[in-house]
Amino acid sequence: MRHHLILRVSTKLLAGAIMLFAFYVQFHGDYSPGGGFQAGVILAVAFVLYGLVYGLEAAQEVLPRRVVHRMMALGVLVYAGTGVVSLLSGYAYLDYNALNPGMPEKGQEAGILLVEGGVGITVAGVMISVYYAFAGRPPRISDEEW
Amino acid sequence: MIETGINIALFSMLVVTALVAVRLRHLFGVVMLAGAFSLLSALLLVTLDAADVAFTEAAVGAGISTVLMLGTLALTSRREKIPSHRPWLPLVVVLVTGAAIIYGTLDMPDFGAPDSPAQTGVAAEYIARSPHEIGIPNIVTAVLASYRGYDTLGEVGVVFTAGVGVLLLLGGLRARRRRGRPDGPDGEEG
Repeated sequence: MRHHLILRVSTKLLAGAIMLFAFYVQFHGDYSPGGGFQAGVILAVAFVLYGLVYGLEAAQEVLPRRVVHRMMALGVLVYAGTGVVSLLSGYAYLDYNALNPGMPEKGQEAGILLVEGGVGITVAGVMISVYYAFAGRPPRISDEEW
Repeated sequence: MIETGINIALFSMLVVTALVAVRLRHLFGVVMLAGAFSLLSALLLVTLDAADVAFTEAAVGAGISTVLMLGTLALTSRREKIPSHRPWLPLVVVLVTGAAIIYGTLDMPDFGAPDSPAQTGVAAEYIARSPHEIGIPNIVTAVLASYRGYDTLGEVGVVFTAGVGVLLLLGGLRARRRRGRPDGPDGEEG
């Protein structure tokens, strides 16, 4: 696919901006619409776009399969682990007051940041893995047939 | 008044997109129309002030789903086969189901009615309590991640399970299995 010059150049320009936007959506979710689910998908889109234009191998050089597979599980572990931390501090499961007993509203803020982070990691990992799994199968339709 | 106009315009475009997608046999066009359908749904959700849901619909429905359907298309066929049977029975089933659903909506409270169950339940409590209980201004995030943290943990579990399911079905875990068991078949069983 050496011939898609405009696509290749604009992808290079856009990929970084898309990732930055994903992190904005992730960390600004406390103040504006957004959060882990949306941010994870947008982060995945950056890699999907890169893979579509530069080929699957190039995308997997940046983010190998085993890393995204571990991301899927890591996010769930971060989320569930936050609950275990509050459980071990003597609070109810997923009660974020445990993270800062002196100032519960700060603890809530930290807990929400953690679990939203877990959501984002899992969603991004699943979306990228699913894309890798689909794109990794040998296609039956040649490039010219579209 | 202007909102009614926007709603009518969006819904008409939604119906036209759906009808064209059903009639079209060229599947690449159908996938593109499905993406347009998601984008129009996202716009409708914006007019309902559900920015979070609209965001997700635009990112997942119009973005990722379109790419995955294109990936599926590359693995199967570009054109839909002409069906061998007449579509009358499915049409009747769809019409009856649709009529039943519309009949069901007649019982629903008006949009934005103050006495609807959605307004009289826990929502008022969340709005009253979250500003001083939780140190973030976005009540949607506070409800999603804190008050309803169990639900969201379940949702993440669902996303994880779906991802694992796709990997098992499509053989995305093949490389690892081959390394562990050099003489086995490459991940197609099970």
